[in-house]
Amino acid sequence: MNERGILTELAIQFGLISLISIGGAVAVLPEMHRAAVEVHGWMSSETFANLFALAQAAPGPNVIIVTLIGWHVAGVPGALIATVAMTGPAFIMAYGASQAWERWHRVQWYKTFERGVVPITVGLIVASGCLLTSASGYGWANYLITAATVACVLFTRVNPLIVLSGAALLGLTGMI
Amino acid sequence: MLQVPTSETAPLKPHVGCRELFMAFCSVGLSGFGGVLPWARRMLVEQRRWLTDEEFTNIVSLCQFLPGPNITNVSICVGARFGGFRGAIAAVSGILFVPVIIVILLAMLYDAYGHIKPVQDAFRGISSAAAGLIVAMALKMAYPLHRSVRAMVFMALAIAAVLILKLPLIWILLTLVPLSIAVAWMMRR
Repeated sequence: MNERGILTELAIQFGLISLISIGGAVAVLPEMHRAAVEVHGWMSSETFANLFALAQAAPGPNVIIVTLIGWHVAGVPGALIATVAMTGPAFIMAYGASQAWERWHRVQWYKTFERGVVPITVGLIVASGCLLTSASGYGWANYLITAATVACVLFTRVNPLIVLSGAALLGLTGMI
Repeated sequence: MLQVPTSETAPLKPHVGCRELFMAFCSVGLSGFGGVLPWARRMLVEQRRWLTDEEFTNIVSLCQFLPGPNITNVSICVGARFGGFRGAIAAVSGILFVPVIIVILLAMLYDAYGHIKPVQDAFRGISSAAAGLIVAMALKMAYPLHRSVRAMVFMALAIAAVLILKLPLIWILLTLVPLSIAVAWMMRR
């Protein structure tokens, strides 16, 4: 496909994902994975996991995974288009909502809405975690690293960056 | 825009310019490794005191149910509150600008050296740990739900829909979300 075709595809794909990304970028990771790996064949599952790891290792919001997918597919223009497509539609809705929120946020139906949406959001994020765990490798050592990271985050106050660097070192020394 | 309550006890809304919004959210975007929200709270509530604790919580809970990345939604709502449309643009570009440049530079390095074996080995480790960060966040978010059977059932349904049925997200949202809201409505007190 030519350059412009790919850029259009990126813009449409991430514009659509933006509109359904309730619960944030992590909740739509499985959807991005489906789009990038299965639907469009832009990359392998392993590359996807590596790009996500890059996004986690860099400062900034998790949504920059989108920047990386765009960059992988079509270089710097792809990165910019994917980022704008992912934030643009959400921007319009957030801006509108910020104006309407004061009127609604105390009414009963809004609270019921919240109670209904929360479990789905959390379920989607759990699914993201499972998907990334299996995409990042199949050996026991990989699962151990994932489990150790979970334990560190839940039970200690260690900076996640230290955990990430520790995992990188373990990888370097060939233990994984 | 989020209106300030007009009662006499309400704190005055501070004056914040677009440039300040941009710079403030720039610093938040730069400090957030694996999760920006805690840093945003520190900046907005504790350091600059642009929002009260309650205002922050309200904005975040609204943003969680809006489509789009939570933290960019927070920046848009806060920016809109202080500077209208231009404020929203300033805040959201602040939070994305520098991280996007850094991550593209990192990606270029990865592209140049990513095929080398030590880099691949290191990345196998990092991506397992990165998955762990997400699993841990999911568990933290799931914990408050354990007292509600309804919530646990719908959480399990969402997980199964993604992992077992491999449904596209749009179908999950169009079926499970209305169902979940309907059940929550029937079980309301």
